[in-house]
Amino acid sequence: MLGRTASSLYWMSRYMERAENMARLLEVGYRISLMPGAVEGHRDEWRSTLQSSACDLAYAEKHDDITAAKVIQFLIFDEDNPSSIRASIKTARNNGRAVRTALTRDVWESINSTWNELAQVKPSSMTADRLPVFLDWIKQRVMSFRGALLGTMLRNDTYYFSQLGNFMERADNTARILDVKYFILLPKATDVGSDLDMQQWAQILRSVSAHRSYRWFYRDSKYRPWMIAEFLILKEEMPRSLVFTYYWTNMALDGLGQLYGKRYDCHDLAQQTYQRLKSGNMEQIFQSGLHEFLQDFITANAALSQSIATNYNFP
Amino acid sequence: MSTVFNEMQGKGGAVREPYALIEQWLKTLSPKDVERALKEAEAIFRRQGITFAVYGDNQASERLIPFDIIPRIFAAAEWRRLSAGIEQRVRALNAFIHDLYHRQEILRAGRVPQDIIIQNEAFVPEMVGVMPSRGIYAHIIGIDIVRVAENEFYVLEDNCRTPSGVSYMLEDREAMMYLFPELFSQQRIAPVENYPAMLRQTLESVAPAACKGEPTVVILTPGIHNSAFFEHAFLADEMGVELCEGNDLFVSDGYLYMRTTQEPKRVDVVYRRIDDAYLDPLTFRPDSAIGVPGIFDLYRAGRVTLVNAPGTGIADDKSIYTYIPDVIEFYTGEKPLLKNVPTWRCGEKQDLAYVLDHLPELVVKEVHGSGGYGMLVGPTSSRREIEEFRHRLKARPKNYIAQPTLALSAVPTFTKSGVAPRHVDLRPFVLSGDRVRVTPGGLTRVALKKNSLVVNSSQGGGTKDTWVLED
Repeated sequence: MLGRTASSLYWMSRYMERAENMARLLEVGYRISLMPGAVEGHRDEWRSTLQSSACDLAYAEKHDDITAAKVIQFLIFDEDNPSSIRASIKTARNNGRAVRTALTRDVWESINSTWNELAQVKPSSMTADRLPVFLDWIKQRVMSFRGALLGTMLRNDTYYFSQLGNFMERADNTARILDVKYFILLPKATDVGSDLDMQQWAQILRSVSAHRSYRWFYRDSKYRPWMIAEFLILKEEMPRSLVFTYYWTNMALDGLGQLYGKRYDCHDLAQQTYQRLKSGNMEQIFQSGLHEFLQDFITANAALSQSIATNYNFP
Repeated sequence: MSTVFNEMQGKGGAVREPYALIEQWLKTLSPKDVERALKEAEAIFRRQGITFAVYGDNQASERLIPFDIIPRIFAAAEWRRLSAGIEQRVRALNAFIHDLYHRQEILRAGRVPQDIIIQNEAFVPEMVGVMPSRGIYAHIIGIDIVRVAENEFYVLEDNCRTPSGVSYMLEDREAMMYLFPELFSQQRIAPVENYPAMLRQTLESVAPAACKGEPTVVILTPGIHNSAFFEHAFLADEMGVELCEGNDLFVSDGYLYMRTTQEPKRVDVVYRRIDDAYLDPLTFRPDSAIGVPGIFDLYRAGRVTLVNAPGTGIADDKSIYTYIPDVIEFYTGEKPLLKNVPTWRCGEKQDLAYVLDHLPELVVKEVHGSGGYGMLVGPTSSRREIEEFRHRLKARPKNYIAQPTLALSAVPTFTKSGVAPRHVDLRPFVLSGDRVRVTPGGLTRVALKKNSLVVNSSQGGGTKDTWVLED
């Protein structure tokens, strides 16, 4: 396989995952903006949406103030923002197009029809009331893409590079969401949070579609901040937790290692991070600093991405 | 303009034999059937991303080429005659290119003027003395042919560089077989779907002598923004070879390799879909970012085969076109089986005077233009357009050739106001390697606008499936 093909598969999956994550973050922002302003100003919610999606700096370069309309425009349609939904789907589709021959017809048609339909959506049509339906549609399209990938691709290097992109993007996304709000997750003397805290915790869980599964998993009617952190970092049962994404990242790298009969430093890096998560416990993490832990993770994840690119000759 | 030859109705209004079945079939189709079929066809093409990009048009940077469901049909005997003419022409073109880069016998014999070759931008001096594998230069040629009467065909132009459109030929057939399988069971239609296999065989057959074992073939594309990218990907997929961009390939120790996720892999044959000028920044344009540095030296050393060879454009240049009948006679010793369109060379005084006097009835083309841009179709142009063109022509007469406006044959086509005749041309594809192979049929392009003679996809043309009936 060409190094460029591997790279395109990787980024195709990464950008599809990014589009889905962005849709989720926007959903949360939208929910909060509907709530009575008494709890908190909208602007802070949209600001944290921008931060969680790592788009805050790029946004500030273009806009002076934060308004719902501008944020939505920037995060959904603005092609100058490489992480906007439209730019993500476009990049994913361009990568898919470049490696069209490596994809099954189902995968390609799923990604291509998503782009074709999205290209028809006029930014001016995206009024607040249509936003939830649109975001749902995006999530469904990405899930259909992933379903086609899982259901039709041979389990060879094509599949492994796609999986790597998917899970490394997800790891980055979950870590950022936690890091933006890490301060409200720190254990306090009392586990009774204010209304505001409750809402913020729920928001974190929602942004990774975990508000229901959290209750099922912990069988607890209350949100407890350290458990939320634990759920999203250390629980392998949670499909967007850091440990889960690294389990799959390692599976994909092992698959490549076996197929090619060679292991590189990316294998060691991924294994180290996985072991750290697997043997980790929240108490320790809180003691040495949640923020520091997440920052380290984000850096290590980026270093792994770099290492994979080098080891497999991405252009 | 003489009367238009209708390929279905013929002269007397009696349906011509090859169209008998289709004529009956058309009567059974309700407008609803047609609408459904056209919709389905469009959905198939769009979903698979069968699009082409239009340069300088941001709004519709990816468009579908309209597909018409009424096939264009040749009888077996008709096709045998055409095909013999095509093969003769292709053999002569390859002999011509070989001669131009070696002894130049044809120039010495005075059959083609020396200066239009040597001073031609399409002549690549770096190719002088280079002997490609099997002595073949243009492995893939598309010959544009028009019909004006029952037995009157003309070659409009030769495409010896990187002719495109073969993917539409294949996809049009796929679409027809999917939409109307019953038509294919009622008569024997020569298959075209083995084209990719034939192409691969042709490419493998011209691997360099230095290549031992099974040759590795790749397609070299400028990338996803190229107007024909879909075709590059399609052919790579169909042939089962890698689709490379320039930076996927590199030269090392005197061989060409591709960068893979594992060890570098040796490459023997490159079907390149990028222009000569961009092929190798060390030999040609130094600013090319899409080429492969050093590939031309390898080619010259016989370490890799480039398909088509650099410099083949000299044979399809419009200023050379008028000499091709002489070229055919010179190299084959036979009379050309296929005629050229009579052509005036505006660079010559007498010709220019005639052309300026007859602009309203002529087609004037830029010598180096392509895609139907920068041409004048006299009979369908306004007086103002003609006068504007007259100025351009006078300013640079050498840049133009002129031809009579041919009454291109017409084939029934679905239009907004029902079935109506529309003008067509034909591009058969010819492969030259271990042997010469002419695809049965080719790509039929159709001018969808009423009375229009411009069939180019960039100018609103569409395509039709092309059938060659078997005996």
